[in-house]
Amino acid sequence: MSSDHVLSVKLYAAIFGTLLVLTLVTAGAAFIDLGGNLNTILALLIACGKALLVILFFMHVRYSSRLTWVFVGAGFFWLMILLALTLADVLSRRWLPAVIG
Amino acid sequence: MSDSGAIHAHQFDDAAQQHEASWLGMWVFLATEVMFFGGMFLGYTIYRAAYPEAFAGASNHLDIWLGTINTAVLIFSSFTMALAVRGAQLGARKPTIGFLILTMILGAVFLGIKFTEYYAKFEEHFVPGSAFAYPGPQAHAAEIFFSFYFAMTGMHALHMIIGEGLLTTLVVKTARRRFSALYNTPVELIGLYWHFVDIVWIFLFPLLYLVGRHLQ
Repeated sequence: MSSDHVLSVKLYAAIFGTLLVLTLVTAGAAFIDLGGNLNTILALLIACGKALLVILFFMHVRYSSRLTWVFVGAGFFWLMILLALTLADVLSRRWLPAVIG
Repeated sequence: MSDSGAIHAHQFDDAAQQHEASWLGMWVFLATEVMFFGGMFLGYTIYRAAYPEAFAGASNHLDIWLGTINTAVLIFSSFTMALAVRGAQLGARKPTIGFLILTMILGAVFLGIKFTEYYAKFEEHFVPGSAFAYPGPQAHAAEIFFSFYFAMTGMHALHMIIGEGLLTTLVVKTARRRFSALYNTPVELIGLYWHFVDIVWIFLFPLLYLVGRHLQ
């Protein structure tokens, strides 16, 4: 296809290397007590970074049309609605022990 | 014109528009997959918030090394899949077949490691149900963790098995010269599917294996 962007092997290899390093970092950081929820937050931030690299480069989204961006974003936007609205209810319930009884 | 030329169906202006439509359609499907796995991630989050200590304790019974190795194997398979797609876009038949088969082998390695992990969990009585036995406190909440573990990794493994089947069709079609530098959309779209399954695992790994290591 003329609209294909054929990426270089070098770029793919760099992404692959970065993903491997991030995997080791997240596994290693799991053994260090960062206190509070920081371990979970760091692990999820690294996971989001890895997912973003896969989506942008391995899945070619960075080189795709704006319309493709909208379609990709829609899936994750609706996922955020699912998570945010449900957790806004579930996680806030215990903030009001007196009301719940 | 042959099968591998840049022909397009009559409802499209040209092959480029048809190509764009195929990609958008695939992303719509992947959006439904995001929703599908999203429901399980949501359920997991609610129960982990309710039983944080039990989830941390149960998570420590998983093998973090096998989990890390499997993450690396799956990322490696995404890399080879990307190279297979690149080969198809360039119309290089033999490298495409080679990288597709390498991707399938890595997928099989992932499933093999997963199988040994499942086997160990069955032997340790960590499979939810009447035979479930747990050596620590909050056994019932730990059983909920293992329910999510088996449901999410099981559904992920099912996607991997389907992916192996899809890759097999690509190997056969590529060998039969059905694709060219002008037409290789199925290779690209199944590549998107394979990378998506990789992304699901990228989130499953920290959420299942790395919950309570720092508390040990």
